[in-house]
Amino acid sequence: MYKYDEVDFRLVRERVEQFRSQTQRYLAGELSEEEFRPLRLMNGLYIQRHAPMLRVAIPYGHLSSLQMRKLAHIARTYDRDYAHFTTRQNIQFNWPELARVPDILAELADVEMHAIQTSGNCVRNTTTDAFAGVAADELIDGRAYCEIIRQWSTLHPEFAYLPRKFKIAVSGSADDRAATQVHDIGLHVVRNEAGEVGFRVLVGGGLGRTPIVGKVVREFLPPQHLLTYLDAVLRVYNRYGRRDNKYKARIKILVQAMTVEAFAAKVEDEWLNLKDGPSTLTEADVAYYAGFFTDPAYESLAANPAAFTDKLAEPAFARWVERNTRAHKRAGYRSVVLSLKKTGVPPGDISADQMDAVADMADRFGFGEIRSAHEQNLILPDVQESDLYEVWQLARQHGFATPNIGLLTDIICCPGGDFCDLANARSIPVAEAIQRKFDDLDYLFDLGDIDCNFSGCMNACGHHHIGNIGILGVDKNGQEWYQITLGGSQGNYTAIGKVIGPSFAQADVPAAFEKIMTLFVEQRQEGERFIETVRRIGLDPFKERVYAKSH
Amino acid sequence: MQNLIKNGALASDDSWRLIRSVDDAFSIEEDVILPLEVYLERKDGQHTGKLAVWLAPEQDAAVLQVHLADLPLIAIDFPAFTDGRGYSHARLLRERYGYQGELRAIGDVLRDQLSYMAQVGFDAFVIRADRDAASALAGLADFSEQYQATVLQPVPLLRRRVSLIVA
Repeated sequence: MYKYDEVDFRLVRERVEQFRSQTQRYLAGELSEEEFRPLRLMNGLYIQRHAPMLRVAIPYGHLSSLQMRKLAHIARTYDRDYAHFTTRQNIQFNWPELARVPDILAELADVEMHAIQTSGNCVRNTTTDAFAGVAADELIDGRAYCEIIRQWSTLHPEFAYLPRKFKIAVSGSADDRAATQVHDIGLHVVRNEAGEVGFRVLVGGGLGRTPIVGKVVREFLPPQHLLTYLDAVLRVYNRYGRRDNKYKARIKILVQAMTVEAFAAKVEDEWLNLKDGPSTLTEADVAYYAGFFTDPAYESLAANPAAFTDKLAEPAFARWVERNTRAHKRAGYRSVVLSLKKTGVPPGDISADQMDAVADMADRFGFGEIRSAHEQNLILPDVQESDLYEVWQLARQHGFATPNIGLLTDIICCPGGDFCDLANARSIPVAEAIQRKFDDLDYLFDLGDIDCNFSGCMNACGHHHIGNIGILGVDKNGQEWYQITLGGSQGNYTAIGKVIGPSFAQADVPAAFEKIMTLFVEQRQEGERFIETVRRIGLDPFKERVYAKSH
Repeated sequence: MQNLIKNGALASDDSWRLIRSVDDAFSIEEDVILPLEVYLERKDGQHTGKLAVWLAPEQDAAVLQVHLADLPLIAIDFPAFTDGRGYSHARLLRERYGYQGELRAIGDVLRDQLSYMAQVGFDAFVIRADRDAASALAGLADFSEQYQATVLQPVPLLRRRVSLIVA
């Protein structure tokens, strides 16, 4: 993991003091509500339905056990003993007191954490594959570049007041697990024909009101030019992005309006002026950052030890291994996904005691590292196969062992109308109703891989557009209704789902899901996943089934 | 001009008057900061005072390139502090066009933006009239370092950091 040096600590602490001054001036009436708002947002602080909400950055999803214990301490001391993991790999506290937020930030700074740019119209937390560095299918470990981007974007003086928020994702594996095609900038770490490492640069993807898949503006960017090229893209956006209408202000609208060719040409013009300038990376720079992400002290192990395989005779364990663990690049190790999608618990929520339990598990069964995934689950990256059975038992004891990763009940879900001021509808109770409808594990397993994504409003924090089945909360004359989309997907074949028809009342959503799944089971061919069936037969059969008049 | 911070300190002996509108009158002896169109029209005329120009966010600093040597001061307007276009204009003027004169931030200029403004090349700040420039001055010292290459520190931190380690 990256370790702060004196300068990193100093900067984060200076930001804490700056925010403390801003908060004090606001509370003293020296900063108006309108003036304080952008300043507090840039430090992750929203004023929500019930209380302020503080979003803390987890750079590219990396957490140490020490940091996790600090988050548990903050949940106990300043909040109501729990917190919520978000779809940007960050964590949110729902009940802090405004006047105490600077103290929370000071505590976070002690463990190399902050809330800088977790909201606001600036460059947000850079995200990446939660399995970066350990995945068996990884081509290139992109984490050194993630950290370089994190530092470049942190407190960037030119790009602090952009037209709108700006999100960057990096993927280094064949299978894109970072949703790079729906980011303002998506960076694929790739090799060119000569075998050199570089980036394929996508710009202008995004969800929200206008879901668009990002377009390639550069097929191959040599890595030394990463920062100058990012500066060029951001400068073009900062200067020409729309500022008259917040719904038209994202870079995707600019790219669309200019055409991707014209946009790419404008960036190229700007970049030619910046290229080879002082921000050009040297091999020494990259090596310095890569040095923080070297392999931990793995043991040389044989794959599939008897202590592991013997236990697979136990069906519940075997099921958990199948769904909640992932192949590791080292023999004898697997990565474990701790499910934060237990029925009855809001997706992504975690209690302070659970945080401590995860920290303990990371220390005992790994190297003290934890990852947060954009699917709102946690990962122990380096578990020895011989420890899996014990890890499973502990995970069960602490409520993390629901064997549903990648299944229909592993719902990606925003906090919705229970917490969020922007939401049109509640998401948590509806997600729970769906989870209860599909509580039969055999049936759930039989349905197989299904991404179900749920947003409480069209800002799309729950990424409903890229769910194989998506739900969007809408407001109809002050009532909560739910629109269902089908056919969305993330990853290498990113697609925006299509609405199947009129929206449903809250009570009717689980039944609609049931009809969709029943039709899928009837129609699927041998070995076909839900999304493949939807692509093959199209939406019409689903529409007919769901909206058929019952006689 | 009131409420001015210049070169890191309060300044009280400023002779410039900001001409906001193309319709505002001014005399030929005055030192004036003019809207771009008025400046381009008057720059070769009979004016005994000094002439400067101010840019709106949607205007392009590139049009001033040929006039930079004649301009003792360029002001950049921030109609709202959340409008960040002026930061790019400042960098372009300093880094690409090599402007050496005074670069003055005007408009919705407040304490909490001063540190970033200084980094991108502003050396003068007219603090919004209802705020105290003396307390705003503290904002210049909010950060003692920055990660990026900037006008004030053209070598990014990663280069300085890596070279420290290599050395």
